[in-house]
Amino acid sequence: MNPQQIANEAASLSDRAALLAEHARQLAETAAPLAAAAEPFLLMLTIFLMACFVGYYVVWNVTPALHSPLMGVTNAISSVIVVGAILATGLAESLAAQIFGFIGVTLASVNIFGGFLVTRRMLSMFKKKGS
Amino acid sequence: MGQTLSTLAYLVASVLFIMALRGLSNPETSRQGNLYGMIGMGIAIIATLLRPGMGAGGIVLVLAGLAIGGTIGTLLAQRIQMTSLPQLVAAFHSLVGMAAVFVAAAAFYSPESFGIGYAGNIKAASLVEMSLGLAIGAITFSGSVIAFAKLDGRMSGAPIIFKGQHMLNAALGALLLVLVIAFVATGSPILFWLIALLSFALGFLLIIPIGGADMPVVVSMLNSYSGWAAAGIGFTIGNLLLIVTGALVGASGAILSYIMCKGMNRSIINVLLGGFGSDSGAAAGPGAGNADRAPVKAGSPEDAAYIMKNAQKIIIVPGYGMAVAQAQQVVREMADLLKKEGAEISYAIHPVAGRMPGHMNVLLAEANVPYDEVHELEEINAEFADADVAYVIGANDVTNPAAKTDKSSAIYGMPILDVERAKTVFFVKRGMASGYAGVENELFFRPNTMMLFGDAKKVTQQIVQSLQK
Repeated sequence: MNPQQIANEAASLSDRAALLAEHARQLAETAAPLAAAAEPFLLMLTIFLMACFVGYYVVWNVTPALHSPLMGVTNAISSVIVVGAILATGLAESLAAQIFGFIGVTLASVNIFGGFLVTRRMLSMFKKKGS
Repeated sequence: MGQTLSTLAYLVASVLFIMALRGLSNPETSRQGNLYGMIGMGIAIIATLLRPGMGAGGIVLVLAGLAIGGTIGTLLAQRIQMTSLPQLVAAFHSLVGMAAVFVAAAAFYSPESFGIGYAGNIKAASLVEMSLGLAIGAITFSGSVIAFAKLDGRMSGAPIIFKGQHMLNAALGALLLVLVIAFVATGSPILFWLIALLSFALGFLLIIPIGGADMPVVVSMLNSYSGWAAAGIGFTIGNLLLIVTGALVGASGAILSYIMCKGMNRSIINVLLGGFGSDSGAAAGPGAGNADRAPVKAGSPEDAAYIMKNAQKIIIVPGYGMAVAQAQQVVREMADLLKKEGAEISYAIHPVAGRMPGHMNVLLAEANVPYDEVHELEEINAEFADADVAYVIGANDVTNPAAKTDKSSAIYGMPILDVERAKTVFFVKRGMASGYAGVENELFFRPNTMMLFGDAKKVTQQIVQSLQK
């Protein structure tokens, strides 16, 4: 292999390297917004999974005697979906969205008040011996 | 209230919700826990109303919705009979499901209010989350409506089964997946509503084959679904409070479903496939259909009163039949009189004694039975051996020893209360009909069993009268 050949080889290698680098740069450019979009999702997913674990351990600690009140409370707090309905009612510019939001607020409110109050009624009945 | 402040308020609300569940570990702290839950919800609502951009008109609308819904909810909670609690809870679950559908629709028609894009150009990831929240919400809604109708007796509790049912459900499930993919690709409003419609149909079809006896599992499962629906909406609109609360509720419902399944020794798949149990154990006359068995020993309430008067340790085993006969109050009166005679009274509760988890405990608490006299299966099962009397009222399958011995029995493997170990077993029953599972109870033919035929309330009343003499 003479020096000329080696120089040619080196030149073509560097060309290819430059091409690859350009390619990588383009890939990174397309990936960046994807990563930015994935980040809040990953954060939400992390919090979701953590909350599942918290729920798992807290609920196993609930005494079986209070499983009905537990359903009442979880029912009431799952109506926290009202937050989404309130945002729709208050912020939406489309009339349809506002109407949907209003119906959502009304339905969830039945649950919030009904759930907490029926739980309170149940719990007020649980009394110890002699009290 | 700025973004940071409202996020902080949501965090406080999440913590309060966790503390609300934590409080339920003990009846003493439970009322406090419920209060934490209410405060958390109040904080969440106020923080949302104070978000920037909230117009006065919107706030008025929200307050109107809260007032209308709140009034209905309050009236329902005050008027409901404790025996009808499972129906009420099922109805409430359906409302959460429907609210999820409406919030998903609002997010679809006004994505800019939730920062997920612009109408007609919503981010693909948000569309995925939206369709999840929408589908789970819609399934929760229609499933809960069926559960409500079955529990409330507006619809027969008998399973509705037809040929190719599971194939149809699987096909509809696959179709739902296709619709979701097409919806994410196009963002078309028609597809949005098609997903909603198909999910309504699926929820309906999933619950109709499940028999009345399995409703405790269904109610717990729908409780779980309502949580996942809330979490799905939380992902859609990027709200951490909804995600956390949805996860808590979802986990809670899943655990309750598991406990109920274990109480019946059935797998969740088995329950979901359905076809088990019927409307109710139809009452037949005494002795019907058992001509070839050993004769059962029937006694009078006076006999029972005499034996119990001389007993030291009495365990009462209540089942849903007691609640149907509205006999809780008179059972407690009987227990009070027996306590005066020096007997030690306790109550044994099977996990599936009521129509929803913990239902029997609430019914007994309502009749002023102190909660420390009421015990779960694991706690009390060993005590039957030294009990003088087991008083079984309105329960049947959960006491059937065939569950331990007879491998061919439909209830084989189900944990049961060992009432047969008590010196004397009193069985208060209308007739010889078998229970939900359609299995005959061999306990009726044991020498230490005495049947007290008649209405649960009347029989117990007669015992109370004899005790008072």
